[in-house]
Amino acid sequence: MIKSDILIIGAGPVGLFAVFEAGLMKMKCHLIDVLPKPGGQCSEIYPKKPIYDIPAYPEILADGLIDKLMEQCSQFQPGFTLGERAMTIDKQENNSFVVTTDKGTKHLAPIVVIAGGLGSFEPRKPLINNIEKYEGSGLEYFIKDPNKFKNKKVVIAGGGDSALDWAVVLCDIASEVTLVHRRNEFRGALDSVEKVQHLKNLNKINIITPAEVVGLNGNNNLESIIVENSDKSKTQIKTDFFIPLFGLSPKLGPIANWGLEIEKNAIKVNNSLDYQTNIPGIFAIGDVNTYPGKLKLILCGFHEAALMCQSAFKILNPNKKFLLKYTTVSGVKGFDGSHKKAEKAVVKTIS
Amino acid sequence: MTDINIIIIDRLGKKHNVLAPLDMSMNIMELIKSYELADDASIGICGGMAMCASCQCYIESTHKLNHKSDEEEAMLSEAFNLKSSSRLSCQIPITKDLKDLIIRIAPEY
Repeated sequence: MIKSDILIIGAGPVGLFAVFEAGLMKMKCHLIDVLPKPGGQCSEIYPKKPIYDIPAYPEILADGLIDKLMEQCSQFQPGFTLGERAMTIDKQENNSFVVTTDKGTKHLAPIVVIAGGLGSFEPRKPLINNIEKYEGSGLEYFIKDPNKFKNKKVVIAGGGDSALDWAVVLCDIASEVTLVHRRNEFRGALDSVEKVQHLKNLNKINIITPAEVVGLNGNNNLESIIVENSDKSKTQIKTDFFIPLFGLSPKLGPIANWGLEIEKNAIKVNNSLDYQTNIPGIFAIGDVNTYPGKLKLILCGFHEAALMCQSAFKILNPNKKFLLKYTTVSGVKGFDGSHKKAEKAVVKTIS
Repeated sequence: MTDINIIIIDRLGKKHNVLAPLDMSMNIMELIKSYELADDASIGICGGMAMCASCQCYIESTHKLNHKSDEEEAMLSEAFNLKSSSRLSCQIPITKDLKDLIIRIAPEY
C-alpha cells in the first residue's frame, strides 16, 4: 500500500504544480498516471509546440514546461505510479480513500485530487473486425518491454513518431520488422524519418506504403495479417506480432463511475471555495473539472491547485492555525526554517 | 462584417443551421464547440493544432475550401473512417466564401 497525504490522479502540468503547492504546506503527494512518463497532453500530444500564455514565459515548449514543473516539484519528492490506470476508489471507515490501479497497485490517502485533463489516454484501435480476439495474443497497443519481441516477426502500422521510433528500436531486437502506412510520407521528426530510411536502405526494415492492415488471422494466436494496397489488391504477411500505433485518445474512463457529479464529460466542483467535488475529500482541478465560467487553460489549473491545497490542509489538520506564507519571505520550506532563501543583499554605505 | 450561415450535421445526424462570425478568426472546429454540437471532450482534443483527428468532418457541399497543409494531410492519413471528403475542421478558417457550407462531423474515435 502506497501512502501519501494527497493522491493526485494525473501527472500533467496541473497535477505537478499541485505537488509544489502541497509541498509548501508540508503535504506529501503521490501521483498516478496511465502514461509511462509525466506531462500528460503536453508530453503525449504536443511536446514540441510552443505555449504563449504561461505567466512570465513569453514562449515555452510544452515539454520544456513539464521539465520546469518537474524541477520545481521534485524538491518535495513526490512518488509516481506510472503506466497504470486508476480504476476504483473505496472510502475507508476513517474517511481515507484507497485507489486501486488496473495492475492492482493500492494507494491510501485522506485526500484524492483528480487532475486528469481530458481523461486517461487509450489507444486508438484500427477498425478491423476481429481485432479484440488477438489483444494480448499477438496484438499490442503499447510496447512496454521491447525484449518481448526478441527474434519475432513484427508488423507496425502507423505514420507518426511512435511508429517510426519503435520500428527503429525493434529492428535490432526482432527478427523481421515491417512498417505499414497509408501514405508514402511519414509524420515524424526528420531525424526519425531519416533513420528509418537508412534502415530501409540496409534492408533491415520492410516498408509497405501506401497500404493498410485490413485483416488478422490465426487460430489462437495471431499468425498473419492482410494488407490492402492502394490498388485494392491484398497480400498476406506472416507475423508473430501486430502493433498498431495510431495515437491515443483521452476518455474519462473509470473515474466516471466513482459517484462523482458529471456534467458535459467533466467533474462538477465547487468553484466558490476549493474545487471539491460532491464527495468530501475528493477534489478535481484543471481541464477535468467544470463550473460556471470554467476556462480550460493551464494557468487556471495552477490557480485551482493552490486553492485546493488550502482546503486539503484544513481537512488534514483540522485544529491547526494556518496563515499563507510567501515564498519570498519563507523560501520553499517555511515551516521548519530549513528553507531555500534568497541571498541577502549587501548593505553598505556609499561614502 | 456580417455573420454567415453554416450547416452542421452532428454525430447523431441532426442538422443545425448556425451563424458563424467572420470577425473572430474562428475555424470550423471552434464553431462546432461554441454551439456545443459535439461532446466537448470528443472534439478538438489537441486544441486545433492538427495533431489529433478528433475534429474530422466530411464536406457535403461543393464549396471550394483552403488547401490541406502537409500537417493536415499527414494527420488525416492516420485517421479512421476516412472519406475523400474528409477534412480536419480545425484547419478550415471561417471566411465569407463558406456561406451555406454543409459539413458532417465524423464519428467519434
